[in-house]
Amino acid sequence: MAVKSIAPYEFEQKDTADKFPTPLLYIGWEDHKMFCAPFCAPMPPTMKFGDLVNGALPGMYGAHPDFARIDWDQAEWFMSGKPFTPDMDKTLAEHGLGHKSVIRFRTPGLTGLSGSCF
Amino acid sequence: MDMKATKKLGLKERYNLMTRDLAWNPSYQAVKDVFPYMEYEGIKIHDWDKFEDPFRMTMDSYWKYQAEKERKLYAIIDAFTQNNGHLGVTDGRYINTLKLFLTGVSPLEYMAHRGFAHVGRQYPGAGPRVACMMQSLDEIRHAQTQIHSLSNYNKHYNGFADWRHQHDRVWYLSVPKSFFDDAVSAGPFEFIVAIGFAFEYVLTNLLFVPFISGAAYNGDMGAMAFGFSAQSDESRHMTLGLEIIKFILEQDPDNLPIVQAWLDKWFWRGYRVLTLVAMMMDYMLPKRVMSWKEAWEIYAEQNGAALFNDLARYGIKVPKGWEQACKDKDHLSHQAWNVFYNYGAAAPFHTWAPSEKDMEWLSAKYPETFDKYYRPLWQHYAKEQAEGKRFYNGTLPMLCQVCQVPMFFTEPDDPTKVAYRESEYKGMKYHCCSDGCKHIFDNEPEKYAQSWLPVHQIYQGNCFPEDVDPTQPDFNPLAEVLRWYKIRQGEDNMDYADSPDKKNFENWRSQATGN
Repeated sequence: MAVKSIAPYEFEQKDTADKFPTPLLYIGWEDHKMFCAPFCAPMPPTMKFGDLVNGALPGMYGAHPDFARIDWDQAEWFMSGKPFTPDMDKTLAEHGLGHKSVIRFRTPGLTGLSGSCF
Repeated sequence: MDMKATKKLGLKERYNLMTRDLAWNPSYQAVKDVFPYMEYEGIKIHDWDKFEDPFRMTMDSYWKYQAEKERKLYAIIDAFTQNNGHLGVTDGRYINTLKLFLTGVSPLEYMAHRGFAHVGRQYPGAGPRVACMMQSLDEIRHAQTQIHSLSNYNKHYNGFADWRHQHDRVWYLSVPKSFFDDAVSAGPFEFIVAIGFAFEYVLTNLLFVPFISGAAYNGDMGAMAFGFSAQSDESRHMTLGLEIIKFILEQDPDNLPIVQAWLDKWFWRGYRVLTLVAMMMDYMLPKRVMSWKEAWEIYAEQNGAALFNDLARYGIKVPKGWEQACKDKDHLSHQAWNVFYNYGAAAPFHTWAPSEKDMEWLSAKYPETFDKYYRPLWQHYAKEQAEGKRFYNGTLPMLCQVCQVPMFFTEPDDPTKVAYRESEYKGMKYHCCSDGCKHIFDNEPEKYAQSWLPVHQIYQGNCFPEDVDPTQPDFNPLAEVLRWYKIRQGEDNMDYADSPDKKNFENWRSQATGN
């Protein structure tokens, strides 16, 4: 089905990568809904995955008491819902992460405030 | 000479003379040039005269009724204002529901005015044209009476001053705004099914009514007065919504699948807007009317089901997404209020964690879910706040491409898992919060690929005041976004506990009730 219109309906996509100084990455921490929704943040494709984890995530998630307890070796990662194993020395682009990619991580054993997944 | 009195006209005759008899068929222009939007949506209408206007109201009686209501309304508003009625509300927190209403709902009344004026112009049938014109006038009256009533609060409290400016900019207001923009940019038949039926008929008891009964329960005569003044209009709108959908379905069997698809879409679009009402009912009203869950059970599950049973004879089915909406009733308000608690620095009203007493009520109303899933969160927040660390989320959220709500909604069968849905269109990834929104996106990706998503707009650099230079070292993007929103830091936003509103309300009230 397509839009029914009175004339040809062709408009630009609003959020193509060229409109942003830096491409967007969406990040979610499973079982920790205190951060009410996944985050949307500009992340350079040349950024190392390790720098994302060690540099960016503490600022985003540090307020949660579980964050300090994360064992990153145990963390499980998902890209568009499918499991993947990140290489901390490789860049986001090398992992195939581009504009508007979505990644999630699960931290086994940590299930939020009193196990409520918040 | 004998006087010969003319017989007084009956209601039906008057209606015919003063509405349908005023219509004419064009003679030197083709009908389809005069009404050019009647065919492209695929709806087939064979005989517009088959539409029966259930109210048969004429313009002269319309003016008479409305003028009478206005007189009563403004008398009450004057009395309320002169008696400092705002100090009689249950608690200062209540006033935040009015800010939500004024920024989120009143601008929709105005859009409804424009929408009904537009479709009224487009329909060739005199009956629906007159009904749409009256509804269009009602809607602008509602916008005006709401603005007038709430302007009294603007004299005393923060967060009311820039509602119109904010409606086009602030992140959560893109939810109701995009909902209505979606409807008015559709064709005339889709618009009337979307707004006249799905919104006004199916969902109105869950949108407008909770705010007004909330006002009544919390001693707000001002807001109650505009609600009651709108009530008889609303019943006319609901009837128009229902009659028009029946009329469309009766006109041609080919109309059924089109109407069903619109119902599926607009039920879900409307339901997502109700997220704001759910949290208002359960968390923002100091004295609650009923829980969101109870309201859903009465107005949706009972009344809605009866309606869809009635429409089943036309072949209409319960809208897609209905089942999920029923499952969400135990979770929606709690999850939604957490969003506003997170981003309480970026909204022009105050937020707060529920008190112990509030939580008792929530626990009683949501015995299966509140203590298990939600109490630990609020307890944690309260503890942090007591230690001077009130939690504010400083990173922007991912938004749904269709409803534009931050992606907090959980899987229908697992309230602990945030739902992610992904589509691909013209080489780009698009993300939605639910099967409902993804379905809407996939049906018309070329429309929703244009969504003005507040978070993306901020990152594109489109949400700063003109006088700032983002290249300067002291550039603070979030503070500049607030300035662009016209949200005054520390006055309009942040926790209620620390607000000038709280201080003023308590101070004034103590002056009003003692020495």
